[in-house]
Amino acid sequence: MKNIICNGFLNSKDLLGLEYLQKEELQLILNLVNDFKNFFLVSNTKSSILSGKTLITLFYEPSTRTRISFELAAKKLSAEVLNITVNTSSVVKGESLIDTGKTLEAMKADFIVIRHYFSGAPNILARTLKTSIINAGDGFHEHPTQGLLDLYTIYESKKTFCNLKVLLVGDILHSRVAKSNIWALTKMGAQVAVVGPSTLIPASIQELGVKVYYDFDKALVDTDVINILRIQLERQQENFFPSVHEYVKLYQLTKKRLLKAKSDVLVMHPGPINRGIEISSEVADSTNTVINKQVTNGIAVRMAVLYLLNKRKL
Amino acid sequence: MQVCIKNIRVIDPSQNKDVIENIFIKDGNIVTAPLTNNSMKIINGKDKIAIPGLIDIHSHLREPGQESKETICSGTKSAASGGITTVFCMPNTEPVIDNAQLVEFIIFKAKTEGIINVFPIGCATKGSKGTLLADIGMLKQAGVVAISDDGLPINNSMIMRCVLEYTKMFDLPFISHSENTDLSKHGVMNEGINSTILGLRGIPKQAEEVMISRDIMLAQLTGSHLHVAHVSTAGAVDLIRNAKKQGINVTAETCPHYFTLTDDVVRLYDTNTKVNPPLRNKEDIEAIKYGLLDGTIDCICTDHAPHTKDEKNKEFDLAPFGIIGFETLLNLVLSELVYTGILSLTQAISKMTYNPAKIFNLKGRGSLIQGNVADITIIDPNYIYKFNEDNIISKSKNSPFIGKTFKGKVVMTIVSGRIVYHI
Repeated sequence: MKNIICNGFLNSKDLLGLEYLQKEELQLILNLVNDFKNFFLVSNTKSSILSGKTLITLFYEPSTRTRISFELAAKKLSAEVLNITVNTSSVVKGESLIDTGKTLEAMKADFIVIRHYFSGAPNILARTLKTSIINAGDGFHEHPTQGLLDLYTIYESKKTFCNLKVLLVGDILHSRVAKSNIWALTKMGAQVAVVGPSTLIPASIQELGVKVYYDFDKALVDTDVINILRIQLERQQENFFPSVHEYVKLYQLTKKRLLKAKSDVLVMHPGPINRGIEISSEVADSTNTVINKQVTNGIAVRMAVLYLLNKRKL
Repeated sequence: MQVCIKNIRVIDPSQNKDVIENIFIKDGNIVTAPLTNNSMKIINGKDKIAIPGLIDIHSHLREPGQESKETICSGTKSAASGGITTVFCMPNTEPVIDNAQLVEFIIFKAKTEGIINVFPIGCATKGSKGTLLADIGMLKQAGVVAISDDGLPINNSMIMRCVLEYTKMFDLPFISHSENTDLSKHGVMNEGINSTILGLRGIPKQAEEVMISRDIMLAQLTGSHLHVAHVSTAGAVDLIRNAKKQGINVTAETCPHYFTLTDDVVRLYDTNTKVNPPLRNKEDIEAIKYGLLDGTIDCICTDHAPHTKDEKNKEFDLAPFGIIGFETLLNLVLSELVYTGILSLTQAISKMTYNPAKIFNLKGRGSLIQGNVADITIIDPNYIYKFNEDNIISKSKNSPFIGKTFKGKVVMTIVSGRIVYHI
């Protein structure tokens, strides 16, 4: 691949959340993604940027696209990639998170990509280890690379964040994707709103500079970007919403609802989608929808992140 | 054995005394007349302050069953270094203290291995399960000073009524860990913007307040003495203030962390900020300080809750609730309440000596009047030191105050006329 020209640095050895990144760092990443995307789409060869480096994915929760996306990104940059899924590791023998991390550090892992069901698990690992920790989603906290790929996907299509109205839909309370989106988008100057059942809007979210709606139709007016979050059906058992039927009635993005937003509205979803629940099949397959673009961009974003974290080590 | 502490500033809230004088101790008690015997030990009290030994009514000494966290031996040493001469220990050990034999075990251990007074608190219900009354009468005969299922609220209101009704006849206060566990379910920190940002499940203030409301009403119904543990919210202070105005038999305590720290300190997932009830907000701190000033909150105690490094060095959700407190109690009271002008030194000391002694009927303690047990704490008010992990005496090091510099230090602790700690 052609030489990357980049004068900037990330401030931290880790990527734990977009809360911790400055606007300049976000812009630095955005500026790099395009080159990596072209390289990924066009080239049949690998870049040697991470040659000799080891990346370990440590997943305490199931994941397909995020793990594979990291793996592809790292391999395209010539890193060695090893995957640990927790039900096959010594974690089932009772090993603590920190001991697992120390073991991987002793094996000279350069990057640990961690997904964990508890919020803050990557932070705890990051302050204990010298290895770069990349958060691939922790509890209800953050999913920074998803936030970055959403940010890039919007940027790629809209070219600016100024005056852009972005609406996050659904289960904000349990969504790490929503949190990372809110941090990144508000820092870049977009106007962010959330809409969902009041039971699924977290306490004091307005203090993050976010508008709160409960009425989906009202929230959609003049919207430039709709980011639909996956609704977890088990939340119904916890009384967060009375029935899937009612949820679909109130919060499914349908063709008819889509008309309320701007005509060039971008429809995003972090996946995997529940067709016919949070999004109608028709909308999922419409030209406004960029779900597959998000997946491709995810690989390029992760290449850019790995490049920048590695650059700190040089 | 006779001791004379010479020329010391004596602060004794019970007598509203603040004068420089000599304190005489004979056979473990405070006496007034100068002693004649030559073998008297002289302690120079110049530039120091003598106060009644601190009484900490809320602690966890972890023995029996959790000796890796603390023991009666290590815990009482830690407490002595913090100027505490009497501790109440909560019954949530392994097993829980729900029968007389276990109370006797603690008292025996304290006599043989402890260096300060240890008064056990007994369970309210068998196994602290919140269903069947414990043998409260026999617990009292064995020596408990109060009843509590600390850590666990009694959810069933009818059972709570029975507990209050039954403890009344033994003149035992019931100490309530007030928490509606439906509202606090899965919660690990205060609910608010910080729990939202951290993605941690929140505990609303109402989880505490709903339960305090119920308990106050049941105290009114039964006429029993309700003591509300570790008050952490402004709303709770209001509830207790109103209850006292109505003449309901309710008293209350808070801990230094509830008037020093807000949930902002949780922001780095530091598990040494994980306590139950959780650290709240600025307005709660202000209300608690005001509640201390106007007498709504009677006592300041530690809720000393030791946990090992391994237990705390975990994901925030998995780490246990609780922090140690013996060794920072007096310092935090001085720096946050006295030096800031909220309470006078006499008022502040009263919350840790005279008030707890009065509320829990501790005969001969909590004041320096003649004939009382010579439990005395000596402070050097000008001593400046940094609270480091290395100088923590407790077996556990789980404190959010590590690294803080304090002015004023306990330099000597005397229990029944014996020096149990000095610098």
